[in-house]
Amino acid sequence: MFALLACGIAIAPFAPAKLPNNPGNSRPHPLAPDFALRDLNGKEVRLSSYRGKVVLLDFWATWCDPCREEIPHFIEMQNKYGAQGLQIIGISMDDSADPVRYFYHQFHMNYPVVMGDAKTAEQYGGVLGLPIAFVIDPAGHIYARHIGPTPPSVFEKEVRLALQKGTSAPVK
Amino acid sequence: MNSFQTFSKYVARMLTGALLVSSAFISSLFAFQAGSIPAARLIQAEDLVKLLNGSGEKPLIIQVGSRLFYLQAHIPGSEYIGPASSEAGISQLRKRLDPLPRNKFIVLYCGCCPWNHCPNVKPANDALQAMGFQNVKVLYIENNFGIDWVNKGYPVAKGE
Repeated sequence: MFALLACGIAIAPFAPAKLPNNPGNSRPHPLAPDFALRDLNGKEVRLSSYRGKVVLLDFWATWCDPCREEIPHFIEMQNKYGAQGLQIIGISMDDSADPVRYFYHQFHMNYPVVMGDAKTAEQYGGVLGLPIAFVIDPAGHIYARHIGPTPPSVFEKEVRLALQKGTSAPVK
Repeated sequence: MNSFQTFSKYVARMLTGALLVSSAFISSLFAFQAGSIPAARLIQAEDLVKLLNGSGEKPLIIQVGSRLFYLQAHIPGSEYIGPASSEAGISQLRKRLDPLPRNKFIVLYCGCCPWNHCPNVKPANDALQAMGFQNVKVLYIENNFGIDWVNKGYPVAKGE
């Protein structure tokens, strides 16, 4: 019930971001801003290095209840679609890496988590509420955007469509 | 794979499942924390904007959420304290406010998540109540700070 209530809230638009939340439309999709952020081991993770894969980019934090509830579904999706070309990347908005590292191991997360910064958040239209997630197609274009808790079935449907689309995404 | 390895794998899976279920349960317990703040204790965004633009007493505005959110956008003049859901955040809040007179007008806000999921405003409000502050309001943010403050064109500052 909590999830349903939260989903009702989630559909509110976030105006400043000129980004689509309507996958599959005929308008050109903007290129996802590239970033190079450090993961929990200090290794650089660059978005553009995942070109050719469908990327699910999840802005989250350990203190965010709805974010935490989505993580097991993301783990499951990474297991299910990883071999087909899905790469989930978590961008933590926590103030420090310690709680993220603890959470990562406790939940056996199976995809890279990087520590976010204000610059990257602003490039994605401002991350001033969590969770926010983007589905990025293999050509690096933003295919869908979700503000607030989103049912796993919605992500799964979009990921499947983006995987089917391959690299034929509309070019800006 | 021998039977011990099979059993270990089974136990590991069970423990992971239990962890996920207990996490969801704990989340649900805390989900409505902010919702339990009495309505009389809340201030709406438009009323706070009127106060900020008016000539009367200006409240001390404290952000008790994420630093990365504060750096992107915050209420002008507000101070960043840190997430009040953490012990460090609550300590910092107590340290900052302890020297102040107990009738000081203070507004707390976060806006990290939908109101009923915010883990920060309730502990901050409780801490101030326990310290004896009598003139405290909590900014009601229904969805998040982006939607309910920034997008509505209310005043915003960036950076430290």
